[in-house]
Amino acid sequence: MLLRVTVEHSYRTFTLAATFEAPAEGITVVFGPSGSGKTTILAAIAGLIRTDGIKVDLAGEALDRLRPERRRIGMVFQDGRLFPHLNVRDNLYYGLKRAPRGSIFVDETLALLGLEELLKRWPNTLSGGERQRVAIGRALLSQPRLLLMDEPLASLDNARRAEILPFLSRLRDTLRLPIIYVTHAIEEAVHLADQMVLIENGRVLAHGPLAELAARVDLPLASRDDAAGVLNGYLHSHDYERRLSAIACGGQVYMVPLNSIDERTPVRLRVPARDVILALDAPREVSVNNVIPAIVCGIAEMAAGHAALVEIDVGGGVLLARITLDAAERLRLRPGARVLALIKSMSVELLV
Amino acid sequence: MMAYVPRLTLEEWQTIYLTLRVAALAVGCGLPLAILLGWLLSTRFPGRFLLNALVYLPLALPPVVTGWLLLMLCGVEGPVGALLNRRFGIQLAFTTNGAALACGVMVLPLMVRAIGQGLEAVDPGLKQAARTLGAGPIDRFFSISLPLALPGVLLAAVLGFTASLGEFGAVITFAANIPGQTRTLPLAIYSALQASDGETEAMRLALCSVALALIGLVAAERIALRLRR
Repeated sequence: MLLRVTVEHSYRTFTLAATFEAPAEGITVVFGPSGSGKTTILAAIAGLIRTDGIKVDLAGEALDRLRPERRRIGMVFQDGRLFPHLNVRDNLYYGLKRAPRGSIFVDETLALLGLEELLKRWPNTLSGGERQRVAIGRALLSQPRLLLMDEPLASLDNARRAEILPFLSRLRDTLRLPIIYVTHAIEEAVHLADQMVLIENGRVLAHGPLAELAARVDLPLASRDDAAGVLNGYLHSHDYERRLSAIACGGQVYMVPLNSIDERTPVRLRVPARDVILALDAPREVSVNNVIPAIVCGIAEMAAGHAALVEIDVGGGVLLARITLDAAERLRLRPGARVLALIKSMSVELLV
Repeated sequence: MMAYVPRLTLEEWQTIYLTLRVAALAVGCGLPLAILLGWLLSTRFPGRFLLNALVYLPLALPPVVTGWLLLMLCGVEGPVGALLNRRFGIQLAFTTNGAALACGVMVLPLMVRAIGQGLEAVDPGLKQAARTLGAGPIDRFFSISLPLALPGVLLAAVLGFTASLGEFGAVITFAANIPGQTRTLPLAIYSALQASDGETEAMRLALCSVALALIGLVAAERIALRLRR
């Protein structure tokens, strides 16, 4: 762990007291409902607001001791905040001109974010998605040691969001710096997070790798209607005859509908809890493509009272199955029990 | 149509030229100061209230008092005036520069106000963004706030210039009424009215005054319109 953050601040209505850590590379998603204090955390790290207490330790250096303009923390705001009197090129160069020489180069950044065609344009002529890409580029070119993103996609519609997410994934895989990404959208969190920090009412509920937190039955993520397990793997091979692609995750192979992703590309599988069927014996003559041996590690009754959440270890990670209490009873599911998870290819969401 | 256009004498043309020169001088020197003050007053520092009161004082005082205070301060015997005279050989009282100084002091509140409003209209979020990109306070002012407040600065210049054309009390008290040196349009009109046969001259000059004021006001209105957008 390289980045350690502690924020304390009292508002009239609630108190923020959050401590978390983030690795030197990759995206740490700070996830929580609106009003849980996420944006305050980012603003405090960047030094844009006064708080009762703030500690930001990056590889042993106390950034909170520096004036905000000296911290070299890049920030991407929800509303972009491009300078309206400067064109795209001058916006991009604003931070670069003021930064020491660094390892983030103009040409690479333009290519990474697809900005080459926009340089001569003015901010008020850009679409929402273009504006956010420029804002990200501007923050990157200021050679930050830490990149903060405050709901950068929140002001965009679904189509624009889908347009930018791949850029952000590429950013995560290319950049060698810690990124803290604040969002209340679970799709963005699941798509981008390496690490996750769950915030509720100004407190950290849990933090750790996304795949671990997503499936923990004691956390609010699992009781959401769209709860899902997340597995990290890579594209193993394509079976053009069966029109399926194979994804390898922790010794298991998951078949998904045929796609055009290059072999060995790292991918992420999202398996919705409500689409996982548990069985004690392997069924024959069944349409399900994926029959994965698993061990039950936890069972929780859902608040609604008629469903059970079952946490299962599938070797390469943990998945969730939402089944009826009755089914859990019939199969005598207990922690340690061996089961088979039946997962339809069509239910698996592939995140690149 | 031509018959109604007043024929101005050479002396009257010179008065108009002098008036424009004094106003230009007042705005030329006063604007940078107004920008500095507008910025200072938009920040928080101890003594801000006092500086604010000082800047806006001429607006509340009778102009004669402002002129008189200037005379006591910057007159040949005054502390500032004596220093300027001894060190640099500059005399302000009873000179064209003095008339410009009196105008400048009188219109400073107007200019500071217009610039302050322009600066206030700048989205604080943009300044925060500039800060995260490594810009310090002075850098932020010149690269973000000032360019975005440019319509406000322009408005300040036009308002200051137009108001300078009409300054009377402070000018006549501090710079006196010397033909060709400190007798600007309002002073010339006043002098013409004092003379027994000056009524038509006063009328001609007054018409010039109205024309200049109208031009200034239309320009200010245009800029204010842009400022609101």
